[in-house]
Amino acid sequence: MTIRGIAHIAGIFEHPGRELPNLTLAQIHAEVAEGALKDAGLTFGDVDAYYSAGDAPGFGALSMADYLGLDCINIDDTETGGSSYLVHVQHAAQAIAAGHIHVALITLAGNPRTGGASPGGSANVSGAPEQSFESLFGLAVPAGYALAAKRHMYEFGTTSEQLAEIKVAASNHAQHNPEAFLRDVVTIEEVLESPLISDPLHRLDCCVITDGGGALVVVSTEVARSLNRETVKVLGSGTAIKHSDAGRIDLTYTGAVKTGKAAFEEASLDPKDVDYVSIYDSFTITVLISLEDLGFCPKGHGGRFVSEGALCAKTGRLPFNTDGGGLCNNHPGNRGGMTKVIEAVRQLRGEAHPKVQVENCGVALAHGTGGSLALRMGSATLLLGREEV
Amino acid sequence: MTFLPVWEFPINQESKQFWDAAAQNVLLLPRCSDCGFTIFYPRSICPECRSRNLSWIQMSGKGEVYSYTVTRRTSGRFRSHVPFVIAYVQLDEGPRMLTNVVDCDPNNVSIGMRVEVMFESQDEGKAIPRFKPSQ
Repeated sequence: MTIRGIAHIAGIFEHPGRELPNLTLAQIHAEVAEGALKDAGLTFGDVDAYYSAGDAPGFGALSMADYLGLDCINIDDTETGGSSYLVHVQHAAQAIAAGHIHVALITLAGNPRTGGASPGGSANVSGAPEQSFESLFGLAVPAGYALAAKRHMYEFGTTSEQLAEIKVAASNHAQHNPEAFLRDVVTIEEVLESPLISDPLHRLDCCVITDGGGALVVVSTEVARSLNRETVKVLGSGTAIKHSDAGRIDLTYTGAVKTGKAAFEEASLDPKDVDYVSIYDSFTITVLISLEDLGFCPKGHGGRFVSEGALCAKTGRLPFNTDGGGLCNNHPGNRGGMTKVIEAVRQLRGEAHPKVQVENCGVALAHGTGGSLALRMGSATLLLGREEV
Repeated sequence: MTFLPVWEFPINQESKQFWDAAAQNVLLLPRCSDCGFTIFYPRSICPECRSRNLSWIQMSGKGEVYSYTVTRRTSGRFRSHVPFVIAYVQLDEGPRMLTNVVDCDPNNVSIGMRVEVMFESQDEGKAIPRFKPSQ
């Protein structure tokens, strides 16, 4: 069974807030759900499938379905950290392809900025079999990604300047996004002069911590044709895990090695067919390794690939994260996958900011990485296209 | 003496022998008696062949740094202990284990550097395996 062309993203919504101290998590979920359904021209009564991840309070999707009064025949709480929402799109597409559902609602909400959560960490490891062997050594989230960056530098000669290029491109895009948390354009030098958090990652190699959320509505072809809103087609998808492999971890690659291959095969496309990419940017190194693993350049060439503004809209060879990404715009709930899909849909609809809109954007790739590059991760890739593609 | 923070951490029936040995300054890991795979972190099933026929084997405690990072800013218990080194150390017996490299200037740590285990004793007879540069 393929999902190519069978499912369509009809509604998107990114919460405009970045600090939401006066909203409960359930309220944020409700606001983004309402926003995405309104964008699609649908109502809560049309929803027959509801998906959420570990950020949903209480009993996850069950609690939220109760709160929202949803009458669903299909729910899914798949939790792979920040990539969860791309996995949900695949699962929605599969359920649509099987004929089970017509309208799937996917929501994300979080408040780590004002809610007092520690930076980065949202997984509950209590009782996990690995707990004592990982928590004793002071491994905060940035340090895990720093371990991967350090090894990448050692094996392939990747430099801090090359990593900084990724932040610089994101900041160039964020200046045009009035809702972006950080709107100042930064230079390579400013990235390198920002304080080291965990060698070799500087503060400006790290994503922002924001409250907020987002939602998607995925529909069947039958429903898509009934709507007055421009929809985009799901062309291909891939999901995979990568873990510590009982002591054989290789820090130089991610689950994207599998997810990119699967998504491109399902879509019958190659990296050269992609006009725009949304790449989860928890840290600059996440983007660099993901681009290699997805096949945009050979393993080890990521540093050269991103250099000289290659990721900048209008001028670069592969425009990325034109909303400013997690590095500058928004990283709601420490989970960046949702906003990756949202900006990819904006690009395909021609609704990105004019200063960063890709001309004739026909095919977009969205990629998420959840968990940690240094421990275990859930990766997910979506290839999306305009309806005529 | 490294003075990195520790706290009450869970020990269960799958990891008890590891921590009991650590308290005696011995690094023990399970090895599969069927396929020969040495396993980190310790568990009661071989993730390579799913055998339960495992034996606890004493490691040499020697290895090299596979990757490392010097954490210079962090939150929580380690906040006041920066800078400190977190590393993956590849043991000579094969597995890569997460740990700290201590008893040296963090700026002198490098990938490929030879290290050996040391045990930092805690209350209640517990000890934490960290690594220091080999003599």
